Amino acid sequence: MSKISRRKFLAGSMAGGAAVMMSPAKKALASGSFDGFPDGMGVLVDLTRCVGCRTCEAACNKEQKLPDPALPFDDYSVFDELHLGQKRRTTDKAYTVVNRYETESSTAPVYRKIQCNHCNEPTCLTSCFVNAYTKTPEGAVIYNPKVCVGCRNCMIACPFHIPAYSYDSVLNPVIKKCVFCYDTRLKNGKPPACVESCPQQVMTFGKRKELLKIAHERIRKNPDKYVDQIYGEKEVGGTGWFYISNVPFEEAGFDQDLPKEPIINNVKGFLAIVPMVLTIWPALFTGFHLLSTKGKSHSHGDENGHDGQEGQ
Amino acid sequence: MNKLASYGVKPHDSALKEDGKKWSLMEKLLLGLTLDQYLSQLIRNKFNWVLAIIFAIGIPLIIYRFFFGLASVTHSSYDYPWGLFLGFGLFCMVPLSASGFMLGTAVEIFGRHDFEPIERLALLNGLLGYFFAVVFLLVDLGQPWRLSYPMVYSFGPAAVLFLVGWHVATYLSVQVAEVSASFFEWIGFRRGYEFIRKGVIGLTVSGIILSTLHQGALGALFVYAPGKVHPLWYSAEFQWIHFFVSSIPAGLCMVISVSTIVILTMKWRCDKRFVKNLDRLTIALAKGAAMGLATYLIIKLIAVAHDNEWAYFATGWGTWWLVEIIGFVCMPLIILAYGIRNKLVNVCRIGAFLTVAGILLNRLNTALITFNWKLYQEIPHIFEVIIAITIFAIYVGTYRFILNRLPILYQFKEQEVMAEATVPAEEDLAAEQQHIPVNA
Repeated sequence: MSKISRRKFLAGSMAGGAAVMMSPAKKALASGSFDGFPDGMGVLVDLTRCVGCRTCEAACNKEQKLPDPALPFDDYSVFDELHLGQKRRTTDKAYTVVNRYETESSTAPVYRKIQCNHCNEPTCLTSCFVNAYTKTPEGAVIYNPKVCVGCRNCMIACPFHIPAYSYDSVLNPVIKKCVFCYDTRLKNGKPPACVESCPQQVMTFGKRKELLKIAHERIRKNPDKYVDQIYGEKEVGGTGWFYISNVPFEEAGFDQDLPKEPIINNVKGFLAIVPMVLTIWPALFTGFHLLSTKGKSHSHGDENGHDGQEGQ
Repeated sequence: MNKLASYGVKPHDSALKEDGKKWSLMEKLLLGLTLDQYLSQLIRNKFNWVLAIIFAIGIPLIIYRFFFGLASVTHSSYDYPWGLFLGFGLFCMVPLSASGFMLGTAVEIFGRHDFEPIERLALLNGLLGYFFAVVFLLVDLGQPWRLSYPMVYSFGPAAVLFLVGWHVATYLSVQVAEVSASFFEWIGFRRGYEFIRKGVIGLTVSGIILSTLHQGALGALFVYAPGKVHPLWYSAEFQWIHFFVSSIPAGLCMVISVSTIVILTMKWRCDKRFVKNLDRLTIALAKGAAMGLATYLIIKLIAVAHDNEWAYFATGWGTWWLVEIIGFVCMPLIILAYGIRNKLVNVCRIGAFLTVAGILLNRLNTALITFNWKLYQEIPHIFEVIIAITIFAIYVGTYRFILNRLPILYQFKEQEVMAEATVPAEEDLAAEQQHIPVNA
């Protein structure tokens, strides 16, 4: 019987431990959970304050140097626009859009601003096969057009229908979406252009965790005014931008059927079987082959003298 | 060509001509006919005219797409970023091409050499299906010249599409290697052929691995869109299993369908072995397909039960789901079972065509028809439809071009091989042996 000395045991454990430490943390996103960077910034949008002036749209257009819109920003007929039965959405020429909703619960119309919600665990990011998206510690979800192949999987994956694509471009079509004014403002600690421009203080910029407290506080103080939900607190694992409202969110066009955890969690089951198939299948099927062809004269792979008879 | 064959013109099918000389490449390309014979049969064939018309309209449109961008041929929809090119081209072509790994497994891994007469057809079907799925992808990608980026430049290993990309690329090379055996034989490069044959087990096993994963991964791609795909077609847990399992009957039935078309339109090219075995093989493949379909039906129901989606049956979408499941899963299953039980080959063939239609319907339902069910229905741009038809026509044309030439439907006759030829224990053994002295 071979004895394992204490020294050998320790050396072995060290080596094993080191090996585990050295192995690359592949698919870090597919394991554990992530509820946002601790100091990630966010924006609280209070729908009760919005009057639909579209100043934020104009500010975004200017900040992001987008082309002039077909109708000027003080033209409110856009609220009646319907495209294939749908209200306006973000496009490659407008990263944020305000829509008007006539609701049952409120006599006055409700206005809802949409833009990228900058999810904690963005589905666009996790679905991208060239890693074009980055969630920055500041909380923005930014996009690198230099590596984008144009598969548009992120547009499929985004639960909020946000990313748009510059289909018109022949040589360099890319994804266009709100980036939280990352390069021009957020990086330097400044709020995005839309937040700063708002005359009604609909949007509050700050650390996501602080903003959540403020949102809860507002709902607690005015239980008659607000519905008891913060849209984006839990939806798809939490979003950087979230909403409070005086009408049930589904009446203002929000999708209430979204899962309360990151969408990538749905995909993890499949991702987990990948290494298993990769390692088990070769042994399994080579084993099947050996079992089912053992002793038979016309098996192909395990002999070299019969090559001439293939394809018979 | 059928006509020529009836006049006793023999197509090229061996290394050496009857007078002992080698065929030149030109002669091989012309199927062993003279140029005049070849051209006249080309013009006589009505199907070529159909193809010519499609190409005349569609190929300029494809060029137009590359000069003026995707916006010129699609609706440039933000809500339906994947239109027909991927909805049909990728998600339908790939499951219908699962035949390569199915038959490869049966013959090479399980040693079922009685399937050999149809193995090469299945491998070719796989290769072409994948290749044209990539062609569709290239037309659809915004920047197709960056196709290799996920391989060499920027990696997103946690994404399902990363896996699809890698696996389709690797599997395509595996399939090229598998089919190249026929090509090497045809071109007369004996050593290449032998080299491939030596690695065939490895190639087949990697084919199984890659197929399991990327067939499943295509389903898993839609798991990213829980709010968009209708719940009846969405299953967070089982989507990849649905896609993988349904690819099995899809691939097998595609082989039955293609072999049916081949035997009806290209009988001259099939050798005795193929023709003789086809009925038996069709029934055998139908058995596999029926088992796959039965499994698929049950796991589809389990998924509905698992997510407790029975209430949707009362809606229009539920009816549409029942149409798909009853009309295109249960019906072919019954037809196939009846055909198998009574050994009615043509009934099995009808079942196979219906199964293929069912797979098309399922993939289009997931990718386009029920996608964004809360928004609106996307009707593809007419140019998009024409381009999709054109690429499919190029696929059919290429398919036929290769079947006409490479030893897929017939066995290549080579002198040195004939001497030591042995044939699996089958009824055509005797016929085959009679055949040898004539040509050797």
